[in-house]
Amino acid sequence: MTTRTTLKRSFYQDSVALMGLARELRTGAGVGEAAALMGTPANLALMADAGLLTDEARAAGPNDLVIVVRADSAAEAEAALARAESLLTARRVRVEASGRRCPRTLDSAVRQLQGANVALISVPGAFAAAEARKALRRGLHVMLFSDNVTLEDETALKRLAVERGLLLMGPDCGTAYLGGVPLGFANAVPRGRIGLVAASGTGLQQVVTLLAAAGEGVSQAIGVGGRDMSGPVGAAMTLAALDALGADPATELIVVVGKPPAPAVRATVEARLRALGKPAVVAMLGREIATGSVGPLTTVVTLEDAAAAAVARRAGRAFEPHAFSNVATARHRVKEYRATRGPGAAAVRGLYAGGTLAYEALLILEPLLGAGAVGGNLGGHGGGPHRVLDLGADEYTVGRAHPMLDAALRVEEIERAAKEPDTAVLLVDVVLGHGAAPDPAGDIAPALEAARRGRRGLAVVASVIGTAADPQGLAAQRARLEAAGAWVLPSNAQAARAAACIAGEAPVVEMLLGGRA
Amino acid sequence: MADYRDLFARLGSEIHVVNLGLERFAETLEALGVPVLHVQWTPPAGGDPERARLLSLLEDDD
Repeated sequence: MTTRTTLKRSFYQDSVALMGLARELRTGAGVGEAAALMGTPANLALMADAGLLTDEARAAGPNDLVIVVRADSAAEAEAALARAESLLTARRVRVEASGRRCPRTLDSAVRQLQGANVALISVPGAFAAAEARKALRRGLHVMLFSDNVTLEDETALKRLAVERGLLLMGPDCGTAYLGGVPLGFANAVPRGRIGLVAASGTGLQQVVTLLAAAGEGVSQAIGVGGRDMSGPVGAAMTLAALDALGADPATELIVVVGKPPAPAVRATVEARLRALGKPAVVAMLGREIATGSVGPLTTVVTLEDAAAAAVARRAGRAFEPHAFSNVATARHRVKEYRATRGPGAAAVRGLYAGGTLAYEALLILEPLLGAGAVGGNLGGHGGGPHRVLDLGADEYTVGRAHPMLDAALRVEEIERAAKEPDTAVLLVDVVLGHGAAPDPAGDIAPALEAARRGRRGLAVVASVIGTAADPQGLAAQRARLEAAGAWVLPSNAQAARAAACIAGEAPVVEMLLGGRA
Repeated sequence: MADYRDLFARLGSEIHVVNLGLERFAETLEALGVPVLHVQWTPPAGGDPERARLLSLLEDDD
């Protein structure tokens, strides 16, 4: 094995572009491992962990690009580095040939783009607040996709936005639709009469895709960031978005997706919702939430129920929540899985790319499997045996791409969970849409197949968050998972319930599916 | 406190996006026919977050 390094001084590239480059290099003949990263301290630490921190790499600064290749021979390592060079050159030539203008600062972009009204900011978190502040001062609405922005910065940015009547969506805002334009990670959904306010990206994606499946479309969808309804932020953007949607003639019904607000802001948000004069559905992802309808307001606890309640309300029907769309199929499959479950295999392993989808699964599993029985990295009450992991959480994404873009980490976790003798069910989400990986189901399917081959009776339960109009195609992605042996359900909530039925005690099955387990 | 009730009227019928960071987002918008300009952004202050923060605070409030 030989390791070779290229260091390109002052050569900034974004993390997604670099992930694509590294992936390409790994396919080279004789290449064992390849890394292409900016030389930030966090990235250098990652390279050290991977045994790729060469002396040349150690000398890199945050704005220097480091490419390290480990290969069977020196010639193969050199060839891979030459390939990296030609890919980077090709990229530059392509941009130049397109005749596209390439401003280097936000200011010059605003001068060049007539009518600029939105800034989409996804620079590394440590630099994001400063760019957002500049954009607001230039009169632009901001979608702040970046995470790792401090609460202090968020509060100050939202105060500035409110002074100027602008939107500050985020931080960590994954998805929004303004005037029919999908921003960030967003599914291809039709325009329609439902306006949304969401503190969560994948939560919003689940709701709009289920609305689309039921023939309903989106007027506007505003992301507010996960901390908007906390005490310090005081729901600044939620209230702004509600005022805007309340007055919008294209919006006939409003859906709010979030966690329970801080006690201090709860009353304000509820009063504003009631004063809108439009029907509203609130998906409150939390424990011990009182569901039901009071006046124009319906409260539900899952993302699927939010979509279903909105559809029912628009159709003038009463909303009836259900555990499964197709009870007969569910009963049949659960029975089959329970009959073949290996001895001692009784645990659910939720391995998620979508943070809110993971949290929703946790909230569904806890009461079914026992509050103390579900662990993971989401503040679950218990230490196991069941586990739900949000693999997009900060601790997993420092220096590497989000699992919605790069499946490498999830593949590792699938392999790990499949080796644990008590694993009964692998529970996964697959998120489609603009911005997401080109074939997310295909990225994890081989690992799922291998897991099932290696362990008789291991169940794989999945849901696909997407629409037929998404670039990846909903039907094709579902089919890919089914070909790998997965049971694919219409929503994440149903997938979580299915997992609980397979791994849980008999009364869980009786409660959700009726009859005897 | 500003009034948000006219937000979507102010936003107008066309969204024009300045994109900073992941170029993929600009490519998506371009493919959808949305006016977008991608900034060839590089971390300011040589990539030192603390120095960059201090620099941004020194900037004029337009």
